Amino acid sequence: MPQRPLSPHLSVYRFAYTMATSIAHRASGIVLSVGLLLLAWWFIAAAGDEAGYALAVAVIGGGFGKLLLAGWLIAFCYHLCNGLRHLNWDVGRGLEKAEARRSAAVVIAVSAVLALAFVFAAFFSGVPR
Amino acid sequence: MSLRTPLGKVLGRGSAKQGVAHWWAQRVSAVALVPLTLWFAFQVVHLPTTDQFAVREWIASGFNPVLLLLLVGTLAWHSALGVQVVLEDYVPNKAVKLTALLTNTFIHVVVAVAASYAVLRIAFTTLAQG
Repeated sequence: MPQRPLSPHLSVYRFAYTMATSIAHRASGIVLSVGLLLLAWWFIAAAGDEAGYALAVAVIGGGFGKLLLAGWLIAFCYHLCNGLRHLNWDVGRGLEKAEARRSAAVVIAVSAVLALAFVFAAFFSGVPR
Repeated sequence: MSLRTPLGKVLGRGSAKQGVAHWWAQRVSAVALVPLTLWFAFQVVHLPTTDQFAVREWIASGFNPVLLLLLVGTLAWHSALGVQVVLEDYVPNKAVKLTALLTNTFIHVVVAVAASYAVLRIAFTTLAQG
């Protein structure tokens, strides 16, 4: 195979926090891909027998499972908001450096609010559980 | 020293084997997932209980099976495309990369089909029971 130049040369760039939002988009995407396996397991278990469903709920709804769910909620809210930021770039808007820095801050703030809203809705909406 | 011209060196490498289809598919599935995932997350946090029969009732009720099938299919599609890019970028060994890419595709297809089957089975059995 011919030796071609490799891209990107990550080490030559001075760190900017927009880099962190970029790598976090990938990381949260991978986290959500693993979550998809659990979502599928939940549906498949719901279609199956009681013992299988009890196991799925015990694992997903258990202490460690709740911690994972919290992680997925944060990953989902972030990936959703930052994904919208990407779609905005894809139509050619907000690509200036200052705009990208501002939108990064907006994404972090909005995804935090969204995650808190879902936690509030799940635990404090007056639904007995 | 090579006698080939700089232009000669960069021409004739062949195509990258795919055009913008992957890029477009990732964007199209992303746009579809915005309403689908928000709807799903909203539904799940408002589930009164995670009891099996209650969950089945919810999966089977109204238009939910259609939306859940769309959700599962689009999620698997978007996820497969995303994981593919990560593998292509970070796995340097060609044999390992090929194996990982094939595994990625197969797992996502299996997940999509299995989860869709589960939704359909719940929808039809719940319907049959009235």
